[in-house]
Formats: sequence, structure tokens, C-alpha cells
Amino acid sequence: MLAPAIYLSAALFAIGTLGVIVRRNAIIIFLCIELQLNAVNLAFVALSRHVGIEGQIYVFFVMTVAAAEAAVGLAIIISIFRHYETVNVDKFNVLKW
Amino acid sequence: MLLDYSSSLHYLLALLPEAVLAAFAMWVLLAGVSRRRSGGLGKETGWLALAGLLVAGVANGWLYSGVAEGGTAAMIAVDRLRLFANWVFILGAGFAIVVALPYVARQKLQAGEYYSLVLFATVGMMVMAASRDLMLIFLGLELMSIAVYALAGYNRRDRRSAEAGLKYFLLGAFASAFLLFGIALLYGAAGSTNLHAISEALSAGAAVESLLGPGLALLTIGLAFKVSAVPFHMWTPDVYEGAPTPATAFMAAAVKAGAFVVLLRIFATGLGTLHAEWSGILWWVSALTMVFGNLVALVQSSVKRMLAYSSIAHGGYLLVAIVAANETAAAGLLFYLLVYTVMTIAAFAVVVTVANQGEGGNRMEDYQGLGTRRPVLSICMTVVLLALAGFPGTAGFIAKYHLLLGAAEASLWTLAVILALTTVVSYWYYLRVAWYMWMRDPPAEGRPTDYVITPFGTRVALVVSVALLVLAGIFPGAALEMAENSIRGIMYLAAPQAGAAGP
Repeated sequence: MLAPAIYLSAALFAIGTLGVIVRRNAIIIFLCIELQLNAVNLAFVALSRHVGIEGQIYVFFVMTVAAAEAAVGLAIIISIFRHYETVNVDKFNVLKW
Repeated sequence: MLLDYSSSLHYLLALLPEAVLAAFAMWVLLAGVSRRRSGGLGKETGWLALAGLLVAGVANGWLYSGVAEGGTAAMIAVDRLRLFANWVFILGAGFAIVVALPYVARQKLQAGEYYSLVLFATVGMMVMAASRDLMLIFLGLELMSIAVYALAGYNRRDRRSAEAGLKYFLLGAFASAFLLFGIALLYGAAGSTNLHAISEALSAGAAVESLLGPGLALLTIGLAFKVSAVPFHMWTPDVYEGAPTPATAFMAAAVKAGAFVVLLRIFATGLGTLHAEWSGILWWVSALTMVFGNLVALVQSSVKRMLAYSSIAHGGYLLVAIVAANETAAAGLLFYLLVYTVMTIAAFAVVVTVANQGEGGNRMEDYQGLGTRRPVLSICMTVVLLALAGFPGTAGFIAKYHLLLGAAEASLWTLAVILALTTVVSYWYYLRVAWYMWMRDPPAEGRPTDYVITPFGTRVALVVSVALLVLAGIFPGAALEMAENSIRGIMYLAAPQAGAAGP
């Protein structure tokens, strides 16, 4: 069962990566990053069946970090929305990208 | 005193500097909230944060002076590498806070939260450097990064700061995901996230090959983002330019130092046996970073942005030490980090001062004739620029010389030549600022240079940094010996074949 789970997690991770690259809405990009983190969680849980219980504990660490990141990230998105009234990253061009 | 992890008190002792600093960070946060009610400018919270760094430094000194750990496999490392790195972080954070004091007051930023975020980020770096476990490294890295995302976007009234915050956040979180996936795959490949256990599994040939390769690649990409190595550097100039300048100083100096200590720890200890696999990729990353960083810095018209590219270029020099992966290079890397932290923050301190604690006066023209109007400030800036360029007689030269020695010992001749040539190129853009300061006439009445005022704290910080840079350039012995002692015994390298890395 290990290989299919790892392939699924790699596929989810790839979808997330692609989303970050092609989408232009800051919130969608952030969702894609969350998708990547959840792909990692899936990999940890699948691997922990073979390696040991730590993998399942790491999932809680990752979820906590993701929550903290969401708190700061959404605050930053709100603060930039107040300046530009959009969350399209192509419009943020005061600095050269 | 020998630490014995059967008692949980000893875990706390092993993490004493981090624990003290985290407690101070929360205290500063609370003090900031209560001060704002009474309407102060919040300088007291800055001093409180500096006191916290001092206490953490004392705790670090206690660990340094005679606490030993049993073995080299525990999750928390109590070794010289970590403690030396802690000195660098504490020094960097301290200078960054001193430089930030007048800026935060002038820009009316919320002081308590600012200093508290700096302290939390420092705790994150210390946890990273202290950790022999990939998962704990990840937690430390995130503690640092999340605090620094907020610092980059700290000035909410300035749209460039908000933009820098968003860019840093999105790309930083993206890089963290890569790093984490790499950690998960290595965990599957080697059966543990402990670097010591990984190293043993690799030497015994017990690792799962199909997971090892992708895991290593993803981990390298994630870390390359964090140290802003080409081709993963795109965020750096924008973020460094847009963020409030004292926050940029902190990011360019301490955050980069933290990332490099982790890079050294992971690649030299855990993955040392795979040197032949990763050194080829890092060879190219290092060469590209040096060439690109230096060439693009040549054409910058903003001093702040030029320093951002210069920090990319310095990352390239430091990567040479990681590729060389011997004790000489690693000791050179630690010494370089110490010197780099001091000179970067000093350079940004001058930038903050010339821009009058704002973001307006960062162009080269704003430095015109500064030499006649503000000679002491200009002399300090000139020494710092010479140190950044690696001029003989400054600490920057000694640091680069030791990186070159390490590269020569590993027979990385091409990389050493690139390092030397790009250093020569870098003289142009560093000395251009000095040329503007000394050789150009002061502009007509009413230009910003006339009103440049150096706050007292910044003066002290600048004089101390310049003294350190010159002293360590002439008598580097003590600091170098400390760096060499910090490295001894931490490397688990299979003897790297001469010239195996790169073409």
C-alpha cells in the first residue's frame, strides 16, 4: 500500500505546485500551498506505517505550523488589499517582481 | 556539568538561551500593549528586548563555558557549532534592534510587537541551529520565517512594505512546503528524521534509494529558497527593498546566518556521506549565485536594492564552503557569518540614517557629498563597504581568504577562481557609493544630505561594528580559533574525492 499512497501524495503536491505557479489570486495561491502541506501530511501518515509512529505525530506539528502560517498570511493579504483593493498578484507592481 | 536527559530539567537547561529569550519575547509583547495605553513611543520595549538578548547571551555563555552532552545523537545539540551560531544571532538581533529604535519611533510603528517579533525570530534561529532533527529544524525555521513575514510587512501604511510582506510570505511558504516534503521523503528513506540516525542509515546502505533522491532534491530546493540562492532568489531584492530598512537589516544578516548554519548542519553531518550526489548541484548553484548577484548589483541605482543583490552574492560565497565541506571551509563559513552579520547591519544602519529614518532617500544621488557634510558617518560607511568587498586589512578579507583556503583544500579551483573574480567585480559597486560620498560635490541647498542626523544608538552601533571589522581584520586569531573549535568533531564526512564536484 505504500507506493500508491506516495504517488497520490506526490500528485497532490504537484497540483499544489502548479497552482502556485499558474494562479494569480493570492488567496488561491495560498490554498495551493495548503494543498502541498496536506500532501506532505498524507506522505507522513503513509510512511509511518512502515517506519514508526513519529510520522503521525509530525502531522500535528505540520497542521499547527499551517494554522500559524494562515493567521499571518491572511493578515498580510488583508493589509495589502487595503492598499490595492485587489488580491491579484500581477497588480502588485510597485516593486519590480 | 554533564547533561543527562533522563531528567526533564536537563532538557530545559539544554534549551536555556531559547527559553529565556522566548519568555522575554512574550514579556516585551505584553509591555508593548500596556505602554500603548499610556501613550509612550515604546523605546522602553526596545531596551527590554535588548536586556532579553543580554540574558540569553549570558545563558549561552554558561552553556559554552562548561556544559557537555553525552554523545552526539540527541535531538538538542549542545555543541560549539550551535553556541557559536547563537552568538552570531544574538549580536545580529541586538544591532538590528538598536538600529530600529529611532526608526520605529519616527515611523510610529507599534513598538512592542516589532521587538517581540525580532526576538521570536531569533528564538526560531536558535532552535534551528540547536537541532539535530529535521522536524525540529523545520519548526525552528517556521518560527523564524513566520515572525519575519510579519516584520517585512510591518509598516501597514506603506504599500511597498505590504507588497514585500506578501511576496515574502507566498514564496517563503511555498519553499517551506518543498522543504517539508523533502523531510517526509527522507524520513521514509532513512527511517528517521534524526540527522545522526540518517547518517548511520546512509553509511550502512540501508536507505530506500527511490525516496532518497527526490527527498534530497526537494530539501535542497527548499533550503536554496531560504538562503536566496540563484535560481531561487527572485523574492530577495523586492522583499529587501520593500521591507522597513531595520527589518531588512535583520533579514539580510541574521536570517541568512540562521539558514546557512542549518545548511551546514544538514549537509555536513546528516547527509555528509552523500557528498558526491549533492555537491555537483550545489557547485552550480554557488557559481550562478556569485556571478548573478554581483553582475546585477552593478546596475542598481538604489543603495538598498544594491545591498540586497550584494547579500545574494555573499550567499554564493558562503555556498562555496558548503560545497567544499571540509573543516577549514566550515570554520571559514562560521567566521564569515559573524563578520557578514556585523558588516551588513552596519551598512543598513547607514542607509537608515541617510534616509532620515524613512524610506525616501535610498538612491545613490542621496549620498552625494556626504563626505564633506557628515565625515564620520562617511568614514564608517567606507570602512563597511571595503569590508563587504573584502579589502585587505578588514575582517571581510580574512573571511574570504579562509573560504578560499577551504575551496583550495577541496581542490575546487574553478569555484575559487569565480569567487576571486566576482569579488573584484564587487569592488565596483561598493566603491561607487564611496565615490558618490567623497568625490561628488554636495548638492544644492535643501537636499536631504543637509538634514542627516545620526541617532546616538546608531552612532554607538556603527563605531562598535567598524572597530570590530578593523580589529578582526588585523588580529583575527581569537575569533578564528573560536570558529575552528566550533567545527571540530561535528562533520561526519566520507572523505570527498578531489575535484569530484563539478566540471
